[in-house]
Amino acid sequence: MNAKPRLNIGAVRSSFAPWADASAKPLVRFEAVTKRFGGETAVDAVSLDIYEGEFFALLGPSGCGKTTLMRMLAGFETPDAGRITLAGQDLAGQPPHLRPVNMMFQSYALFPHLSVAQNIAFGLRQQKKPKDEVAARVDEMLALVRLEGLAHRKPHQLSGGQRQRVALARAIAPKPKMLLLDEPLGALDRKLREETQFELMALQQRLGMTFLIVTHDQEEAMITADRIAVMRAGQLAQIGRPAEVYEAPNSRYVADFIGDVNLFEARVTEDGGDIIRLMSPEAPDGLEAIEDDEVPVGSTAWLAVRPEKMRVHLDPPPPGPNRLEGQVADIGYLGDWTTYLVELPGGRTIRAARANASRVVERPVDWDDKVWLTFAPDSAVVLTR
Amino acid sequence: MSVTGAPRPRRPWKRLGRPRLSPSWEARAAFLPYLWLGLFFLAPFLLVAKLSLSDVVLAIPPYAPKLDWSAGLGGVVAFVRALDFEAYARMGQDGLYLAAYLSSLKFAAVATLILLLTGYPLAYGMARCRPSVRQALLMAVILPFWTSFLIRVYAWIAILKPAGLLNMALAQVGLPAVDILNTDTAVYIGLVYAYLPFMVLPLYAVLERQDDSLLEASADLGCTPFQTFWRVTFPLSLPGVAAGALLCFIPMVGEFVIPDLLGGSGTLMLGKTIWTEFFSNRDWPAASAVAIVLLATLVIPIVLFQRQQTKMMEQR
Repeated sequence: MNAKPRLNIGAVRSSFAPWADASAKPLVRFEAVTKRFGGETAVDAVSLDIYEGEFFALLGPSGCGKTTLMRMLAGFETPDAGRITLAGQDLAGQPPHLRPVNMMFQSYALFPHLSVAQNIAFGLRQQKKPKDEVAARVDEMLALVRLEGLAHRKPHQLSGGQRQRVALARAIAPKPKMLLLDEPLGALDRKLREETQFELMALQQRLGMTFLIVTHDQEEAMITADRIAVMRAGQLAQIGRPAEVYEAPNSRYVADFIGDVNLFEARVTEDGGDIIRLMSPEAPDGLEAIEDDEVPVGSTAWLAVRPEKMRVHLDPPPPGPNRLEGQVADIGYLGDWTTYLVELPGGRTIRAARANASRVVERPVDWDDKVWLTFAPDSAVVLTR
Repeated sequence: MSVTGAPRPRRPWKRLGRPRLSPSWEARAAFLPYLWLGLFFLAPFLLVAKLSLSDVVLAIPPYAPKLDWSAGLGGVVAFVRALDFEAYARMGQDGLYLAAYLSSLKFAAVATLILLLTGYPLAYGMARCRPSVRQALLMAVILPFWTSFLIRVYAWIAILKPAGLLNMALAQVGLPAVDILNTDTAVYIGLVYAYLPFMVLPLYAVLERQDDSLLEASADLGCTPFQTFWRVTFPLSLPGVAAGALLCFIPMVGEFVIPDLLGGSGTLMLGKTIWTEFFSNRDWPAASAVAIVLLATLVIPIVLFQRQQTKMMEQR
């Protein structure tokens, strides 16, 4: 991380990819970790590597086991099976207070009887640091989260955003090997949350610290993380960079969980190298997608197309594959985007979204208009599960 | 803008805001607690205060002056002129009052300390239990209230008397008998026993309310469970400690039944002093004066208690 990080799609640090390097040693390794609560399996044989300096996101709906996975790393839960190692060292049997990771709690869990400075100093005092060193580190942390004037306030005298920053500073202050963030922005309002997402990312790059964030908010994961692990019912559904997870989902679950998607159930009729042709009753002219993986001819597959990759036409485009015909059933105007709900003759509704790139439109699409939807073969993804 | 229809109110925003009860109703509702306080606190207090300024006479009732309403305004003036601070002066001269006063404070202070030391672990253990067990334990703490206080104190006589349950048990395990009844030790045992729920309940209330994520945060930042207790749990329970201590200390200073039944002739407590002055010596003014001084002393902890309660309410 010596060079200034180059921004790419989805704010990916393209030069940073230790997971692609076979010789790189992960900082944290989950090996077939399982956790049950009563009869329910919260985490089901999850194996996962997180690398030094990475910003890793565990993303999934509530109850998918993402928080349990993180709490096992912090030491608040004990795995029923499997192993967790940190820097090569097995964490089994190590109580939370001995683990070199710090957590930022969803509720912030600030100590109400201590001032902001005392909260930040809490972990440092526990490390038996000399007084002046603690004071210097607290000042450094206060500056880092821009709370310089508020050192002597009590938590209940702070706003939600300020409390969030105190919690962050408190967790970073003891210089943990890894910072765990449990839904860190969940309690903030939308505007503040967006700002803080970028701040978190910048902070992580500046500190070079490994961050693990647990969130159910896909936007939060997409903006902040180098890699996202999408979880479903205690298992990992997909791990990848934000753009990979969005543009190349490996299942209908991931495609549907991250963003909006139109799915067409279809039969594979031809696998012509990199182009795959499919038949679906919903697309009379057939469907086409570019796909490297082989899909057996005759099998059922699903074609996933994101709404923003659908083009809306008022005049009929020339006949050909990936061409749908329907009627506008609903229009959602969001300012920056407009979403069209187009009803196909079969009764199903397809989503198409268009960026409102100019203020005035010559021929606006209206309710009940007859429209045609098309998409490019490389905009569609073939999913087999 | 349309100008048809009803004329617009000149200040429509005045109509916004929450609908109010009519002011007279609000005033009447606020009046009720004052009425209650006036009837059951202020009036008796004034009666006792008046008594403490009277003189002892051999009559029924055994004090003077008495207010003669038939004499009109002159009667009132004569009445007020006859009041004096003699009872208080006698209290100052007789060392026994001061000794009883200090002894009461000592009994209450020491018992409060013992209550804290026994009540805190109890409340802490209860708050750490599973919710179902917690309910049962809470019930067990409250249960003694369902029997008469007097009977429960009498029961301690049966336990502590020379041939009582305690000495029988000691004999069983081959230990020498102890003679505790009618000593200060018995009074302490009685006080701690009787007031334990008043200590446990406020402590339990603060401990049970404590956010578990604070304990996790403390562990996460490097504290052992023991360190977490002293750095997080205990400081956060201080409002409960204050509430429990004051809730026990205040009534214990004036406690009468326990020192009377379990204490010896040498046990000096203000409650007993008041009783003796009132019933044995028929010195109502002196008894009233002692009561007033006791109340005056307790005003400070009572005010502290009230402020503590308000603070706790505000923090919620």
